[in-house]
Amino acid sequence: MSYPTEESLSLRPAAYPGISSAQKLYIALGVIALLISGLNMAGKFLPPDLSLWLAVGLVSISVIGYAVSMYQGKQAGIKNNYVYSSSLTRRGTIAWVLTLVITAFYVLLYFFPSLLGFSDSGNTGFIALFDPLSQWISLKPASQWFVYGCLYTLAILLFGVKFLLKYKGNRYQQLRTGSVMFFQLCFAFIIPEVLERLNQPAMDLKNMWPLNYYFFFDWHLDQLRAAGNPGLIMLAWGILMILVISPVLTYFYGKRWYCSWVCGCGGLAETAGDPFRHLSDNSQSAWRIERWVLYPVLIFVLLMTAAVLWTYITGQESILFLNSYAIREWYGFLIGAIFSGVIGVGFYPLFGPRVWCRFGCPMAAILGIQQKYFSRFRISTNGGQCISCGNCSTYCEMGIDVRHYAQQGKNIVRASCVGCGICADVCPRGVLKLENGSVDLHSKSAL
Amino acid sequence: MYVYMGHMRFKDTKPYEDGFWEKNNIRLVQDLITDIAFEQKTLFGQSGTEYTYDQLVIATGSSPQTLDVEGENLEGVTGFHSLQDLSFIEASSKSHTKAVIVGGGLIGIELAEMFHSRNIPVTHLVRENRYAASSLSTEESAILNPHIKDHGIDLRFQSEVIKINGTEDGKVKSVTTQKGEEINSDLVCIAIGVKPNVRWLFDSGLEINAGILVDEYLQTNIPDVFAIGDCAELRHPGPGRKSIEPVWYTGRMMGETVAKTICLQKTKYDPGIWFNSAKFFAIEYQCYGEVLPEHSAKQKAIFWQDSKQEKSIRICYTDSGVTGFSVLGIRLRQRVCEKWIQLHYPVEKVLEDLELAFFNPEFSVSYGDKIRAVYQSMTGVHLQTKRNRGYNSIYRFLKHENAQTP
Repeated sequence: MSYPTEESLSLRPAAYPGISSAQKLYIALGVIALLISGLNMAGKFLPPDLSLWLAVGLVSISVIGYAVSMYQGKQAGIKNNYVYSSSLTRRGTIAWVLTLVITAFYVLLYFFPSLLGFSDSGNTGFIALFDPLSQWISLKPASQWFVYGCLYTLAILLFGVKFLLKYKGNRYQQLRTGSVMFFQLCFAFIIPEVLERLNQPAMDLKNMWPLNYYFFFDWHLDQLRAAGNPGLIMLAWGILMILVISPVLTYFYGKRWYCSWVCGCGGLAETAGDPFRHLSDNSQSAWRIERWVLYPVLIFVLLMTAAVLWTYITGQESILFLNSYAIREWYGFLIGAIFSGVIGVGFYPLFGPRVWCRFGCPMAAILGIQQKYFSRFRISTNGGQCISCGNCSTYCEMGIDVRHYAQQGKNIVRASCVGCGICADVCPRGVLKLENGSVDLHSKSAL
Repeated sequence: MYVYMGHMRFKDTKPYEDGFWEKNNIRLVQDLITDIAFEQKTLFGQSGTEYTYDQLVIATGSSPQTLDVEGENLEGVTGFHSLQDLSFIEASSKSHTKAVIVGGGLIGIELAEMFHSRNIPVTHLVRENRYAASSLSTEESAILNPHIKDHGIDLRFQSEVIKINGTEDGKVKSVTTQKGEEINSDLVCIAIGVKPNVRWLFDSGLEINAGILVDEYLQTNIPDVFAIGDCAELRHPGPGRKSIEPVWYTGRMMGETVAKTICLQKTKYDPGIWFNSAKFFAIEYQCYGEVLPEHSAKQKAIFWQDSKQEKSIRICYTDSGVTGFSVLGIRLRQRVCEKWIQLHYPVEKVLEDLELAFFNPEFSVSYGDKIRAVYQSMTGVHLQTKRNRGYNSIYRFLKHENAQTP
């Protein structure tokens, strides 16, 4: 059967009414901040610490001011009007430009940091902008990773505030977002820098293997072992996370305890990526691709880690015909840099914010398998209340066709679900609820 | 509605992906049936194609109820029922500057929210003296009415349209109400309910009242012919249910029932305890069982509200047990409410266990104590919640009660 097309029935998106003049002002402030960093890149026009604080201050005012002007004084509730009209959120020109800018930035950061001003003999330009902060925290000039950490943390904090305002009526969303903001600021940013200042290994204590793919690399293990007791504690903590803490928490609460409460990748996706969540493809074919990409990455990381440990223990570089150093380099390049960084974040405005989490993250793959077969977590469907409107499937950032289950009165138990809870929020009829329990309340056969 | 407001694309509203039908060996044909020969088990399509059947399921749905006033055929007067209606409203929204909505129900409020999202001024005419008067109590309407008006909707009660006025070239210009007011508008949306879409079957040999009459197996008077959904009328509806219930889930349940019967597992239609839901701008609404808009000494109700947060709970009961729940801004668990109503739980027991029914997101506030306090102020009886309200106690409750049902 041929369905009427959207065009012939004039069901094209309504013209976006545009933004208010206050919002234009806030965007202008953000542009000024970028100009300041740009000027700094080109040469030194302002004292470095002044320009840093000016840029950070202006960006903060820009994002938070914009968010306040959008949501202040509005009633709690769903705010998705014009999502499919705005150029930014419907893969329009602005989205493509933004994709190019973020992707280019990642390419520079990962592969050509010198173009951003990074140099062992004294930073210049954009990287130098962050020198004062780096000196203050860890007594050394900024590296490109320090700059990346600053920007990443700033993005989660600022867009986290926007998220908190947008979902103000919902305590689950408030607590969850507060949690990712906290873990990013303290665990991913401050604690590693402080550890470094104390001459300890700079470890992000929440970053678990295999997401943290270098945990078992020789240099990392050597670094931890060389650090004495604190290093050994970190080593033990890392292994404890993998073997005990994660399986127990995932059993009781599903993978959400990590993916949407703790993880940095998830944190950025949930905050800065929130306006793009509907762009995740929820078709059957996308699901097929997901399984064919995700699990090979998991196998890749398992083989790589095994090879690396083999080399570490036996001292032999090659296993059969494979060189363990070559494998880890390829993994670091293909998965660590290109997939999780350039594509994972750069493609937010085109494919939604969870591209990496959904198609690539081996950690999410492991937690997902456990969630599917050995966890109490599920999304409950409230009897026969589903009206098949499609909001849940549309706004699922993992591309799960939630409605498919809900309209049949079935609970949703899917490996990929990160438990963000947005499906339950956008549901207009109170059909969905995230729950933990050992039995299925809603299927008649279980009762 | 969500397509119009930009929340979704049209294709996102389809309940299944397009490939679903073929994959499940279902052949979709687009044709208009003009005649049926039941003796030959044959349908005649407008395209000239003849279709034969072993079993026929008629699911022709409903069409919008009309006002039956002068001027209803003018250009710019529409219902809100089909994709074509949506397209028409979308196309109109580009040129029209104002809209009049007629009808105080669930579709009327959706239209109001749609126009609100595009900053199109709305005058909303409601026949009764408050919104959704057939199901909400006066107190509930008192939460809802200001909420609607706060969105800038010009909501007018006790207003009935007696005439729609047009321009010389046949376009709508204004409506006249029974009060003599003339309200200018170039778009008039009629949302006063639906009627079974069965006119074309009047002479077919099917027994038809308002809808196609069916028995408890959804069979019509003609063998191997079933009717389901909005076009069907039950000869003997179950207790607490009506003969025609044009809501989304009855259609789905009827479809499931007939599917079982056709697959040789003859099944009676049993929709269970009545329920319904809606969303009025930001306020969600759910109801279960029998909730009357007014109460008496026999039909009692406990009502709690937090009008600042636009939330309320109403529990209706008689001396023989609870009969229904009606909530605004709060989500309840259907299966728990259903059991309480089915088994005529005494109201005090329900109040003690109320936490079992809350379906709000995790970390939400529980309103149980507040409702029990209302009951205490009404009757002097102090009630306390006794059990752990975790997931497993809900499971035990449902399982336990299932064992008791005959």
